[in-house]
Amino acid sequence: MTVLAVTALVLAGFALFALGAALGHRAARRQLEHTTGAGGPRAAHTAAAPLRAGLTPDTARRTVRRLRPLLGTPAVALTGPESVLAWDGTGAHHRDELLVQLDDLGRLRTIAPDCDVNGCPLHWAVLVPLRVDGVTVGALAVFAAAGSTALVRAAGEAARGLTAELELAELDRLRADVREAEMRALRAQISPHFVYNSLASIASFVRTDPERARELIQQFAEFTRYSFRRDGDFTTLAEELRSIEQYLELARARFGRRLRVTLRIAPEVLPVTLPFLSLQPLVENALKHGLEESVERGTVTITAEDEGTEARVVIEDNGVGMDPEHLRAVLRGTAGPSAGIGLSNVDRRLRRVYGDDHGLVVETGIGAGTRVTVRIPKFRAGVQAPPPRRPP
Amino acid sequence: MNQTYGVAGVTAVVLATVLVGALGLRVSRTTSDFHVASRTVAPHLNATAVSGEYLSAASFLGVAGLVLAQGAGMLWFPVGYTAGFLVLLVFVAAPLRRSGAYTLPDFAEARLESRAVRRTAGVLVVGIGWLYLLPQLRGAGLTLRLLTGVPGWLGGLVVAAVVTAAVAAGGMRSVTLVQAFHYWLKLAALLVPAAFLLLAWRADHAPVPAWDERPVFHRATTVRVDRPLTLTVREPVRVTASGIVDGVAAHGGSLNLAEGRHRIGAPATLRFPAGARVPLSDRSPRRTTPSEGAEAPPSSGETHSLYATYGLVLATFLGTMGLPHVVVRFYTNPDGRAARRTTVIVLGLLGAFYVLVPLYGVLGRLYAPDLLLTGDTDAAVLVLPQRLVGGVTGDLLGALVAGGACAAFLSTASGLTLSVAGVLAQDVLPALGVRHVRLAALPAVAVPAAAGAVAGDLPAADAVGLAFAVSASSFCPLLVLGIWWRGLTAPGALAGLVLGGGSALAAVTLTLAGGARSGWPHTLLAWPAVWSVPLGFAAMVLTSLATRDRVPPGTAATLARLHRPEPGPNPPEEPVRGGRTSAGRRS
Repeated sequence: MTVLAVTALVLAGFALFALGAALGHRAARRQLEHTTGAGGPRAAHTAAAPLRAGLTPDTARRTVRRLRPLLGTPAVALTGPESVLAWDGTGAHHRDELLVQLDDLGRLRTIAPDCDVNGCPLHWAVLVPLRVDGVTVGALAVFAAAGSTALVRAAGEAARGLTAELELAELDRLRADVREAEMRALRAQISPHFVYNSLASIASFVRTDPERARELIQQFAEFTRYSFRRDGDFTTLAEELRSIEQYLELARARFGRRLRVTLRIAPEVLPVTLPFLSLQPLVENALKHGLEESVERGTVTITAEDEGTEARVVIEDNGVGMDPEHLRAVLRGTAGPSAGIGLSNVDRRLRRVYGDDHGLVVETGIGAGTRVTVRIPKFRAGVQAPPPRRPP
Repeated sequence: MNQTYGVAGVTAVVLATVLVGALGLRVSRTTSDFHVASRTVAPHLNATAVSGEYLSAASFLGVAGLVLAQGAGMLWFPVGYTAGFLVLLVFVAAPLRRSGAYTLPDFAEARLESRAVRRTAGVLVVGIGWLYLLPQLRGAGLTLRLLTGVPGWLGGLVVAAVVTAAVAAGGMRSVTLVQAFHYWLKLAALLVPAAFLLLAWRADHAPVPAWDERPVFHRATTVRVDRPLTLTVREPVRVTASGIVDGVAAHGGSLNLAEGRHRIGAPATLRFPAGARVPLSDRSPRRTTPSEGAEAPPSSGETHSLYATYGLVLATFLGTMGLPHVVVRFYTNPDGRAARRTTVIVLGLLGAFYVLVPLYGVLGRLYAPDLLLTGDTDAAVLVLPQRLVGGVTGDLLGALVAGGACAAFLSTASGLTLSVAGVLAQDVLPALGVRHVRLAALPAVAVPAAAGAVAGDLPAADAVGLAFAVSASSFCPLLVLGIWWRGLTAPGALAGLVLGGGSALAAVTLTLAGGARSGWPHTLLAWPAVWSVPLGFAAMVLTSLATRDRVPPGTAATLARLHRPEPGPNPPEEPVRGGRTSAGRRS
């Protein structure tokens, strides 16, 4: 019995400890905010930090909660262009009044709200517009019992801090836009040559072997459907390989027996998620160097191996190879528009998604074939394939 | 046991493993086989591989040893080892796969968007992996000692070196096939001898072991003593002894062991007559609370064993989902649906295996009670074919069993090493410049190998239980709350991992270091799950509630992804728009 009691006590002690630890952590954080918030531009900057994520009711609430102790006023509010986003302190019944003032908010202005509520300490307010790129995106309202130039100056200072964060947020948004635009520009570039060549070789079969032509057209349709799809930037290795299969089927219609393809795929890495159409351009490149520029029989080898936390994909051809200097220029993007857009495109996208140590590794020399290695992490936060399509 | 046959069995298994591994690599395909090449691992194959990796030396050798030593109460071990997958199936399997995570730290990062939680999870994974590797290496040492007579630590070292070399050389190629092969090997290595053993047992007029008193030597038995031990004899027994008994040298003469304590020096051999009761030994496995009234004080024994059973049940039921090498294998499934099917099949495969294991324990109690004297109860499975069947057939069956044991510790140890090395290279050691999995394989094995030489003797199944306890108190709360509760925050997860996992890890380390020897402190430390699992959950929930404003911004999206089912097996195909439309337009 005593033993049970002791056990219960120990457990309760642990629970209390956990609770204490959590509360202590919170208190310490509050404390930290207060000490760093002891005036100065640095404090205003810390208070404005939540706005880095943009102006939303949530970030506005967190900002005014940090800002009010700095200004030392009974109430602080943050508004959007047409609504009051957050109000910290007393006198929230002035919300509607504040809303009216938002209509024509050109520059800093002070107001004297008339109040019939007993004991309401808010008799004076300063409204500072927040402007980003010349557009008013909201306003900071500081309420006090009586006006003072010091408070106006403090409010202006605080608003500048908020504006700086909002501008950074806007910059973030633009950067994300640019990145997305770049991804969109980089994705799904099946080369016009390929479309032309495929159609030409299909045409050559239409009379001699209509059945084969029909199959090829179907492959072509499948391939383009995959290439033009719009759901998400990522896919699985299995789907990418399936699309490469269709691509190779079409290429074989053109090259016939000159093309030999060898595959060694570890099935464990097939579910790995990777940027959409990041391998197909490499295969296309291998075919180009392995077959188009020589009359020999070309071999392309595709290997995918399990390397623990990464998958390693190697695409190899025994073709004419290329000058390493030229290759470097291609990857830098300084080799002119005609040269191997595929390689530098894939390289840039991989670096963008996985970081600089996951770019393409290319081993080549003139007449020595080419070997391109891609290392794909099995997991990276934010890299998500759309739910798989079942193979028909 | 006949050494030549045993060594041949182990060698054959190693060769076959290398062969299967290499074959998978060699099969190269041309474009016409593309469909085959891009086909993902089917659930039944993956399930066999999961089972192959999961059934460790603790399952193959340890459970039978515990049943031999402690009786039917130990059946909770196989029940728990299997039922853990049921909990995994119900709460975790499909959402975990849909999260896209490869390792547990990956899941922590995907769900909580926090590097700190990720790193903490990484440290815990390494801790659990090391705890789990410890008994694997110990089992390997035991098997090799019985087969070749080399000291146990050397055997462990050899296997550690082999596994490190295999992982460092990139031995994970076609790993699915290898692990699946190991499952069938392990099953066969128990199933085939079991048939012979049962026939032999029937021919022996099907004796029934007595569980509530000390076992008796069913036949006249010779016990070889390699390490000094102290025997406590309750009934006077006449033995034939050679070696040093109670400080007096005996040379194969007959000797009467009176009631009381007797010190046996090493090396010595004792031959007990048939029907003699097995004396108590100071080398009997000690940690698990015995169910025999003779050894434990009757008053406290009952409560302790009930508590220990609950500790075991909680740890194994909830701990399976946090085992690093199991989680990693689920990534091989193409989607959540396949992950669930895999788990169902795993349940069946494990069930089939664990039905066989207790049989060896029961037969071991009848025919190999001398193992209680030397403390090598884990060897029950290995010695039984020799004892019961004998002759060339017994030798062959012994070789088969030895091969199975070898497969058991090879597959689990390499799987664990690989996942621990992965986490080490990714989350723990990059600061030291160890960025590659192959380099990280060395610390992944070296630490448990070194710890195995230091830590006290523990039966394999017990030591594995400790790893389960840590996993149950850290990753079970993280996975279950992470998947099913919107309110989980990064500080909450951190508090739960540190308090639950940390306290369990501390208790386990104390147990391994031989901290408390007896009484409640010992029981509480040896079976931490009963208090550490609720502690982990409570810390996670309370801290999350206290930091409610720090719920990760992407929670809603993440949870939607975890729980959205995949499209059915036959989704309506989009119509292929082709010539007809354009033809229509043209006309």
